[in-house]
Amino acid sequence: MRIWGGPGARRGRRGREPRVMAQMAMVMNLDKCIGCHTCSVTCKQAWTNRSGVEYAWFNNVETRPGQGYPRTYEDQQRWQGGWVRTRDGRLKPRSGGRIKKLLTIFANPKLPSIRDYYEPWTYDYEHLVAAPASSDTPVARPVSLLTGKDTTISWSANWDDSLAGGNEIAAGDPVLASLRDRPDNSVLQQVSDRVRQEFERTFLFFLPRICEHCLNPTCAAACPSGAIYKRAEDGIVLIDQDRCRGWRMCISGCPYKKVYFNHRTGKAEKCTFCFPRIELGQPTICAETCVGRLRYIGLMLYDADAVAQAAAVEKETDLYEAQKGVFLDPHDPEVVAAAQRAGIPDDWIEAAQRSPVWDLIMRYQVALPLHPEYRTLPMVWYIPPLSPVVDVLRDTGHDGEDVGNLFGAVEALRIPVQYLAGLFSAGDPKPVTAVLRRLAAMRAYQRRINLGEPADESIAATVGMTGAQMEEMYRLLAIAKYEQRYVIPKAHAEDAHRLEALGTECSLAKLAGPGARGPYGPGPFGESSGTPVPVGVETFQMLRVRQSADTVAAPRDKQTRVNLLNWDGKGRPEGLFPPQRKDGERQTSDRTHNEPENSGPHNNEPTSSEQETSEPRDGQP
Amino acid sequence: MSMAAAQPPVTDVLLWVVYPYLCALVLVGGLIWRYRYDKFGWTTRSSQLYEATILRWGSPLFHFGILMVLIGHIGGLLIPKAWTQAVGISDHVYHLMAVFIGTVAGACTLIGLAILIARRRLTGPVFAATTRNDKAMYVVLAGVIVLGLWATVKANAVGGGYDYRETISPWVRSLFLLRPDPTVMAAVPTSFQVHILAAFTLFALWPFTRLVHAFSAPVGYLTRPYVVYRSRDPRGGLRPPRRGWEPARVTRKAGR
Ligand code: HEM
Ligand code: SF4
Ligand code: SF4
Repeated sequence: MRIWGGPGARRGRRGREPRVMAQMAMVMNLDKCIGCHTCSVTCKQAWTNRSGVEYAWFNNVETRPGQGYPRTYEDQQRWQGGWVRTRDGRLKPRSGGRIKKLLTIFANPKLPSIRDYYEPWTYDYEHLVAAPASSDTPVARPVSLLTGKDTTISWSANWDDSLAGGNEIAAGDPVLASLRDRPDNSVLQQVSDRVRQEFERTFLFFLPRICEHCLNPTCAAACPSGAIYKRAEDGIVLIDQDRCRGWRMCISGCPYKKVYFNHRTGKAEKCTFCFPRIELGQPTICAETCVGRLRYIGLMLYDADAVAQAAAVEKETDLYEAQKGVFLDPHDPEVVAAAQRAGIPDDWIEAAQRSPVWDLIMRYQVALPLHPEYRTLPMVWYIPPLSPVVDVLRDTGHDGEDVGNLFGAVEALRIPVQYLAGLFSAGDPKPVTAVLRRLAAMRAYQRRINLGEPADESIAATVGMTGAQMEEMYRLLAIAKYEQRYVIPKAHAEDAHRLEALGTECSLAKLAGPGARGPYGPGPFGESSGTPVPVGVETFQMLRVRQSADTVAAPRDKQTRVNLLNWDGKGRPEGLFPPQRKDGERQTSDRTHNEPENSGPHNNEPTSSEQETSEPRDGQP
Repeated sequence: MSMAAAQPPVTDVLLWVVYPYLCALVLVGGLIWRYRYDKFGWTTRSSQLYEATILRWGSPLFHFGILMVLIGHIGGLLIPKAWTQAVGISDHVYHLMAVFIGTVAGACTLIGLAILIARRRLTGPVFAATTRNDKAMYVVLAGVIVLGLWATVKANAVGGGYDYRETISPWVRSLFLLRPDPTVMAAVPTSFQVHILAAFTLFALWPFTRLVHAFSAPVGYLTRPYVVYRSRDPRGGLRPPRRGWEPARVTRKAGR
């Protein structure tokens, strides 16, 4: 059986049939992130635009170097997230085993406080209109959403965006601190002070983060009630809202601090990998709306029996190779046969073969895991940015696309490389250097082609690739289409009824169709009575209408409301505005749809009842 | 109930038979109801996110205290005196043990509770997140604890100890054995009577307050594998299909 990845990872396991499982995974190409936060905002609109999770960002974008969100979450000496290897070579949550967890359950010793995230606030907008006449312009003061009292805003999820706050804040970056503390790096120790002064000029990039949907999640391990589970079909890690009892141990368990406590409902919530969309074959909302088009989603097949061993390899710097050793090559006939025996549907296997994630991690080896040293085997990987290197070359008047210059710079710029290694390879610069060299080679190779010069195979050869592979990699990284960036098989047809427990054998489409009676039609007491419509059915219907309508996705069955989230900005769907009053009839009948004051949502007519949000009820199942 | 010979007064029956059973019924019924219809609301509603420093003192003190108190109550009320005597624990030793452990546990509970209540009132965000339900719960909970301590202290300091194992304990056991015997309770000091009635009120309120979290104490964690795998949620909606509406299902048998 041909397995990609380090030879060490699969030692001693020959001859055993792998237990094949499928995992939804993501890769982000950091060179392309412009730090626009669109992903965060659309994610918030979809999932956390609710009371109790105002402070929670399932997707956040942090500036590196910087403290991250919540502040210094990477400092595991302090927060005790992730796993540690015990002396007998087994894994234990860093914050302690089961007994210790139960003994400290009454007050979790390692829980970040709201101040480590930030105190959520709103503004007293009412004051703007209600203030008595005076010579000063009234201002809307910030009001704490926790106490309802006036507050001073002093921190937020991206307070240090683009190095705002300067060295003082950036110096609190745990990755920088770890560079400083590394005993074998005397040069870096010397340099560290200089880093503080020079960082701003030389080095800045954005790191968008979601839950890693780890193969070995500590959040699940830390949950006393067993409410956090990994979905056997696609590896998405979810919190059962009905079983969560608010022991809030998962938040400490997760080293990435990607579980949040809803302080109103008293339940933990986390990134869901937009499972209702994934089940329908659509990318997560953060990926769908990403401005830089830098996210890739695809399946990875892996050997579930190899996970524990890989996560427990002795040296932290071996974890990257060990995790690659867990992945199974979907092109290998033996793996395909094993996957079929494991009940993985054929279209899923086929999707795994086309997976861009597989290509980026295993074929081109340009993606790296975020903080593999936490031993959770994360499944959102990153292509480290070459741009800091290129920027330095350009700033110093060198040719930033010359392969010799680039290679030289990768070697010389030890600070950025070491910093990236602190993020993506447990401090080992070798994998990062290898990736940067490959990206640099691609840059140089492609430049020649752009200039109409003949392709130079020797450039590809310096990084162990062929010209054709360079070309393919370039296509995937630079110009891949939607369908190539997101290869997501639908939740399986045979599963469809199980999936949403429709309790019938009806197809999704029939159930969700307009005017559907079915189990999810309107109940006897009007619109909101009856059994709640499962998120999947609702989304399915919404998107079907939107994608198939030739003009405007106007719900014909509801005269009085329009879901603005579904409105594509074209035309004026019925019900966008409340019915006009009779006495204004003459005026309005004269108006045409093209009149500006009547065609957009900024119209100042009251639109109080238009919003029928498709927001999920409890956030998670 | 046929109590032909010595009919106990109606008030005694109401207080020591009807009321306890009613409360127990509400407790059990309430727990079942809440579990079926409000799993989502079944949580500690931790307030640690708002405030941790004081909680780190108050909550463990209170919880370890109240759990010790709970064990003490179970021991004292359910285990007959004859049994402890049979294993060679003299009444005097038992009393000393009970007083010592009881004092420590009681003190922890009381101090912990005081800290928790003060924190609730004085920390802005915690107070803002305190519901009326919480306030009512705290009044009754604090009432039960204070009344219990007061009864014990009064009996020990003034009266040189009150042997509840002769009166209250048999009554409690009679309730469990479904042969309620209210007669012994009439002679029990008022301080204890009030404590007991308050306690039953607390039991009746229990399922409808945040206290339900105690019934989901996560003991299963000790034996569970660390990472839980689950198939895609077959329920989709919030609840399983109602009875009679299950989908047709084939149970595959071996052979063809
Ligand atoms: C044995 C299992 C129990 C466990 C594991 C447990 C655990 C917890 C936890 C985790 C909290 C949340 C603390 C926070 O972060 O704010 C809490 C709160 C609380 N518990 Fe328990 N508890 C248990 C039993 C009890 C019992 C038996 C009582 C009362 C008779 C009780 C009364 C309370 C009260 C009043 C609070 C609210 C504290 C506050 O925030 O003001 N618990 N418990
Ligand atoms: S990153 Fe996600 S799956 Fe991994 S431990 Fe944290 S919450 Fe769990
Ligand atoms: S939307 Fe894309 S480009 Fe913008 S911040 Fe998010 S990941 Fe970066």
